[in-house]
Amino acid sequence: MLRYTLRRLLGAIPTLFLVIVLAFLLVHAAPGGPFDDERALPAEIEANIAAAYHLDEPLPLQFLRYLGGVVRGDFGPSYSYRDYTVSELIGRSFPVSLQLGVLAMLLAAVTGVSLGVVAALRPNTALDKIVMGVAMTGISIPVFVIAPLLVLLLAVQLQWLPASWTGSESSSRLLLPVISLALPQIAYIARLTRASLIEVLSSDFIRTARAQGLGTAAIVRYHALKPAMLPVLSYMGPAVAAVLTGSVVVEEIFGIPGLGQLFVRGSLNRDYTLVLGVVIFYAALIVLLNLIVDLLYGAIDPRIRRR
Amino acid sequence: MVSGGVLCAIGLVAVIGPWISPNEYLTADFNNILRSPAFADGHVFGTDDLGRDLFVRTMMGVQVTFAVAIVASIVSLVIGVLYGATAGFVGGRVDAVMMRLVDTLYAMPFIFFVILLLVVFERNFLLIFVAIGAINWLDMARIVRGQTLSLREREFVQAAQLLGVSTPKIILRHIAPNLIGVVIVYVTLTIPQAILIESFLSFLGLGVQEPQTSLGKLVNDGTDQMEGAAWLLLIPATLLAVILLCFNFLGDGMRDLFDSRRSE
Repeated sequence: MLRYTLRRLLGAIPTLFLVIVLAFLLVHAAPGGPFDDERALPAEIEANIAAAYHLDEPLPLQFLRYLGGVVRGDFGPSYSYRDYTVSELIGRSFPVSLQLGVLAMLLAAVTGVSLGVVAALRPNTALDKIVMGVAMTGISIPVFVIAPLLVLLLAVQLQWLPASWTGSESSSRLLLPVISLALPQIAYIARLTRASLIEVLSSDFIRTARAQGLGTAAIVRYHALKPAMLPVLSYMGPAVAAVLTGSVVVEEIFGIPGLGQLFVRGSLNRDYTLVLGVVIFYAALIVLLNLIVDLLYGAIDPRIRRR
Repeated sequence: MVSGGVLCAIGLVAVIGPWISPNEYLTADFNNILRSPAFADGHVFGTDDLGRDLFVRTMMGVQVTFAVAIVASIVSLVIGVLYGATAGFVGGRVDAVMMRLVDTLYAMPFIFFVILLLVVFERNFLLIFVAIGAINWLDMARIVRGQTLSLREREFVQAAQLLGVSTPKIILRHIAPNLIGVVIVYVTLTIPQAILIESFLSFLGLGVQEPQTSLGKLVNDGTDQMEGAAWLLLIPATLLAVILLCFNFLGDGMRDLFDSRRSE
């Protein structure tokens, strides 16, 4: 297990390095500099600014300097929020997004698996067809369509829940964003669970268990669920990535001051260092979470480790 | 089948609709600002906060959405087929390196890179197309490679090799045409992804710019107005959902069809 962990850990490094190189080069290929203004500055001042931000150095040196900073968790200063460093901005907004993401993933996993199991136990009945039809719709409708529709229905028309983050202090303000984020994932997980559980239930060892007189509930709980969860578990990596991207939209819709909103604001303001920092942060997060999922997978299924 | 029909119908209306509608795409009708949908006054879907006709705008949005989907799919198709076919046909170390690169790229959060790309360069229409296509080719490359591996051993390829046909020519002339079946199925599956990404970017204000519009942008505009004028959100949102749903069903159906044929 230790060797497997080390191998996976080493495999993640080239990916992250590639991300940093690509992102860095992209930003530096940008036409014009961050301090280009309509008003022309005297040459000395421009030279001073360039020196202060190390923009006068050759590109490889700038890259090494940046890379060294990133390794120590320092993404440099933000261009548009002049008094903050990018790391401070990320540190301030990430906890909000984290809370949102964790709650959405929990909701998605619990609801999705339950729905999938219910559908798998009664395949091709009306109940199964309804659950799967709803799931297909849930997969097809993007978060930025679901979220405004939920707001329209539950916050504007029925007035059950607050429509925006800032308008309320209670934890009910979390409810709509979390549901909007979780819905597509619930749909995916339900479909995966159903398909994989149906397959497992038709395998020989389940027939043996049934022949020995075990009830359906015990079979599902003790024998079928664990192997059936493997495809679902391997979907968790992409699911986390989808929730992260979804949270960019959801934070924008509900006005939540999280990482996604910071990213969109930075993009619209053309704040290069901020966008660069957030992209690298997101990439590191996704690579890390994929790694965790892989390790969990290896822990559950010993066959994987040997490969 | 039904979904294919619905898609054709939407496409047809989107092309013909703006043409026969009495309203212009950009003209603001200041007497009819935020008019709710009604057949009587010619604004079938109502008007937005500037008095522009929502029907014509929605149909223009559908056109943009379809255009993005088609161009992005072609880009991903060309890159994916060439890359996958080359890796599969040449094989050996080249194959290993090329597929390792695909694996590495898979782990990258591409959508953030597209946003970075749009931040760095001027936002233009073409860039969005190309960027979306550039994301979607990875799946295609993998599938094409797998198919090519089996095609490589077939007699007609060996015959071409014996006749001294060059490798690039074999890939283009003999391998690529035989991949069409698989490729078509997976293109149907990448189209909704392309649409999704485009509308996601437009929703965030990073995609198509005024005065052009797309369904994602219309949904975003509708979100701002939903308390007083819900139709501005509901109509484009429903249309986008229906289009995506149809493409997903179509792709699923075609994959089933294809897989069952292959298993026979």
